[in-house]
Amino acid sequence: MVGNNYVIRLATIMMLYCVLALSWNFIGGLTGYPSFATAAFFGLGAYTGAVCQGQGVPMYLAWIFGALMAAVFATGLGLAILRLRGHYFAIASLVVADVLREIVNSATKLTGGGMGFNLPILKLGVDAQAKLFFYLMFVLAVLTIVSAAYVNRHRLGFGLRCIKQNEDAANMIGINATIYKTAAFTLSAVFVGWAGAFYASWVNYIEPGDVFDILFSVKPIVMVLLGKTGTVSGPIIGAIVFLFLEELVWRNFLTFHAGVLGLIVVALIFYLPNGLLAVDFRRWLGWRRNR
Amino acid sequence: MSAILQLQGVTRQFGGLMALNNVSFDLRPGEIVGLIGPNGAGKTTLVNLVTAVYGLTRGKIFFDGRQIDGMKSHEISRLGVARTFQIVQPFPQMTVLENVAAGALFAAGARNLVEAKEKALEHLKFVGLADLAGSSASALTLADRKRLELAKSLAMKPKLLLLDEVNAGLSNVEINRALDLIRRLVERGTTILLIEHLMKVVLAVCSRIIVLHHGQMIAEGIPSEVVRHPRVIEAYLGSRFASRAQRNSDHG
Repeated sequence: MVGNNYVIRLATIMMLYCVLALSWNFIGGLTGYPSFATAAFFGLGAYTGAVCQGQGVPMYLAWIFGALMAAVFATGLGLAILRLRGHYFAIASLVVADVLREIVNSATKLTGGGMGFNLPILKLGVDAQAKLFFYLMFVLAVLTIVSAAYVNRHRLGFGLRCIKQNEDAANMIGINATIYKTAAFTLSAVFVGWAGAFYASWVNYIEPGDVFDILFSVKPIVMVLLGKTGTVSGPIIGAIVFLFLEELVWRNFLTFHAGVLGLIVVALIFYLPNGLLAVDFRRWLGWRRNR
Repeated sequence: MSAILQLQGVTRQFGGLMALNNVSFDLRPGEIVGLIGPNGAGKTTLVNLVTAVYGLTRGKIFFDGRQIDGMKSHEISRLGVARTFQIVQPFPQMTVLENVAAGALFAAGARNLVEAKEKALEHLKFVGLADLAGSSASALTLADRKRLELAKSLAMKPKLLLLDEVNAGLSNVEINRALDLIRRLVERGTTILLIEHLMKVVLAVCSRIIVLHHGQMIAEGIPSEVVRHPRVIEAYLGSRFASRAQRNSDHG
């Protein structure tokens, strides 16, 4: 791996974004349930990993606990709120991160509350630590891609697409929609919780407002819409393009970067409603040649 | 012979409206029975109760010797009950083949998607849609969508098929083709409950007819008897016409 720590950091974030986008795609893209719970899973994974390590659990086990906690939580939550459809589901999933943040805020003894949580420092150099977390995030992204590709091609993905298009008809042809939707919701949580636990160890210090940030819910949705919903390559391309735009805007509009990014997102969704992958570039180029 | 579908005192209330009131009947294996009645009689409600779209207010439903009221829709469909919807319900963004493969995969226990698609193609051939296998389900004409709905149900390998107005909105030629399909299905031994508005269709294929009116079963029997039943005539044409018909038949 070449490059300074800035490039490595950016690459790590790119892997994180791929994980978030592909995860949201399970429930939002394939199943058609607009979930805003990604931030809740991310924060839950981060705090589970952090608190476990604070209690002396080995780091790698703490990461696994972070992923498992997010998965178990999503299964329970899914059984409760996946009976809601459309906007009702979106709102129900939106408040989950806020509720968890309040809980973490008030459980001061365990989590440090609003003061945040300091994780044990790794006995590694700065460079080595940056590289370690890039590789970890890279492996997690590959794992997410493999899972997404598998689900997309098999029974679960096919059933989820049926549910997205007509849930009543899906029930009628023998799909257990409750189980399928809950599985999709759990898949949308497990890798995110894992990434959250990595993130906590990576940055060494987390606070509720940081890891339960609503932007962790919104960004993955924008990435998937930017690429193409319901596919594997769409969310990946969306995540990469989004990071590129985010970085470009942040560098050039220091004081107003969120505003400019917002305008770009609106413009993209307005002009590319089906995502970048839906654009027929070959035809576009052919048309230019003919002139 | 023991019944494949048995309804015992099936009742469903929507608030103050009695949509179905104490309906009981049996379907024997291999039978094709027509379910008729004026608009709002409760025909579609009855299908929705059998397939657990709604729960029952009172009563029991047995399928193949097993009590199915209280089960979930997907469980009932895996037991071998398939239905078509009066308003067709395809998966619009999928191809015709994928639509039918879904039925084969989830209800009929195909091992994987490849096998499901092979089976699906056979059913498409049966209903005459094989040429359109690759096109999008949303691009089909109404008649083709009705046939797709039928192929999707057949892919579920049903023992009992509930056909809810498969002929509504079709032309005469298309209806004749659909009738031919239904007859071939009966030859295969599938039990069919045919919900139908068109008397011509019912009389052509059904061995028995059940008549619903305002949620109550007002008649049951062989077609030629049922169509002369005074309460059936009354339900369809009004009481004045019914008494006139009664007088005429008494004289003649």
